[in-house]
Amino acid sequence: MTGAAEVLDGGSRRRSGTPRFRAGVPLPLLLPALGGLVFLVLPLVALLVRAPWRSLPDQLTSVAVWQALRLSLITATAATAVALVLGVPLAWLLARARFPGRRLVRALVTLPLVLPPVVGGVALLLALGRNGIVGRWLDSAFGITLPFTTAGVVIAEAFVAMPFLVISVEGTLRAADPRYEEAATTLGASRFTAFRRVTLPMVAPGVAAGAVLAWARALGEFGATITFAGNFPGRTQTMPLSVYLALQSDPAAAIALSLVLLAVSIAVLAGLRDRWMAAS
Amino acid sequence: MTTRSVSVSGSRPRVRWTYRAVGGFALATMALTACSSGDSDDSSKESDSGSSSKKPSGTVTVFAAASLKESFTALGKTFEKEHPGTKVSFNFGGSDALAASITSGAPADVFAAASPKTMKTVTDAKDAKGTPATFVRNQLEIATLPGNPKKIATLKDLTRSGLKVALCAKEVPCGSAAQKALDASKLKLTPVSYEQDVKGALTKVQLKEVDASVVYKTDVKAAGGKVAGVEFPESEQAINDYPIALLKNAPNAEAATAFIDLVKSAQGQKVLGEAGFLKP
Repeated sequence: MTGAAEVLDGGSRRRSGTPRFRAGVPLPLLLPALGGLVFLVLPLVALLVRAPWRSLPDQLTSVAVWQALRLSLITATAATAVALVLGVPLAWLLARARFPGRRLVRALVTLPLVLPPVVGGVALLLALGRNGIVGRWLDSAFGITLPFTTAGVVIAEAFVAMPFLVISVEGTLRAADPRYEEAATTLGASRFTAFRRVTLPMVAPGVAAGAVLAWARALGEFGATITFAGNFPGRTQTMPLSVYLALQSDPAAAIALSLVLLAVSIAVLAGLRDRWMAAS
Repeated sequence: MTTRSVSVSGSRPRVRWTYRAVGGFALATMALTACSSGDSDDSSKESDSGSSSKKPSGTVTVFAAASLKESFTALGKTFEKEHPGTKVSFNFGGSDALAASITSGAPADVFAAASPKTMKTVTDAKDAKGTPATFVRNQLEIATLPGNPKKIATLKDLTRSGLKVALCAKEVPCGSAAQKALDASKLKLTPVSYEQDVKGALTKVQLKEVDASVVYKTDVKAAGGKVAGVEFPESEQAINDYPIALLKNAPNAEAATAFIDLVKSAQGQKVLGEAGFLKP
């Protein structure tokens, strides 16, 4: 346990301008912290302990697994791109623009966070389905039907994941000093140029963090996807869907699939984390 | 309201903190486990007193296939009326998912499955008491839009190009039954989606997102006027038996047995028959 002692000794870094704290972690914080850590890590440990290591190679060489994983990675990345294109301007609007009903708009933006995913899927069907409010018109005018297509998967994932990005970017924008933008505009830059050349580079770490969160959420999205896009191998069957269905017939295969998803997301998150942690 | 500040003396040697932290954590864990074991003692005493009274009381937990939802809910109400002091709580879902949670130790009294295969999962794991009994049978039917605008009359009509059809996934009973019927008539059908359970397949028709799906007679009945049912002779090849069983680790075996008796009784069979089930 010498390692633990060293960890507990941490935090005595002295910075100029900050008061010097006594070293050590107070017990009332340490215990819940350890409990929280165990609570989050234990289920993952259980997955690893119970994983069918012997049959793992067979499970993972099936074409269906790689098909689902590929589709998951592509759709989660596309959904993150959609969330960035639409979400960053929306976050800027919420953080910088003054308009009536801003609070209500913010509440509406965060709604998909609290909506049960399956309800989100049904709502998407009612809006964009073949018989939906907008979908009916899409179908008759352009012959576009979104449900049961890969585009439908991207839409379902973006719907659920975008709020994470918006909240993250909005928080960063609020924390950023608006005087830099004001300075830029007084020097003759347009509002948009100031946003592009001054604001965006300043909040880049927040945008990156939000994008990673959104990507991770999209990768694990199940309920809205199966409701809006259905389940068809190679077209709309993402990894979480194939895990769920594998659980019905072959729990060992489901655990194996979950491990693949975990490994991929940990690899990606760990790879990105250093980049944006360094930036912040 | 006077606030007393609690000062943490930070002048102790740091190593002591570590020991105290680890010791405290161990103590807390022990206290927690002690609590939980105490709880289990209490509950066993309660169930003893319950069995001595020889009258159904307390809560019966029933895990039942999604297709039984309407009829079992009605029977649950009947049961609660007949045996004051009892409460029937249901967990409806895909039979396989339910079987999986039972074999992983979910505290349930009764399991009613939509296929012998899923019941076999539970009996193979030695989680059932006695032999499961078939209490009803269910036949497939094509669910299509009200008024049948696509003029679907046979199973073969579903293979027409341009028709959107949803099937249950092969992993769930309604999916394997549909596959059996299709194989029997040597038909190849590519649906837009393999749904996770029968209610999902039905919902897609109700929302007019697909033109037809293959579901149970009982589901068409339960949907009322929202879908039209089309019978097809091949469904004779794939009639599903529904087994029901008392579970070995049932927390409330007394009341559970009484509930199973009600399901098998003439009264229970009448309710199930009205819902569209066939007699065993």
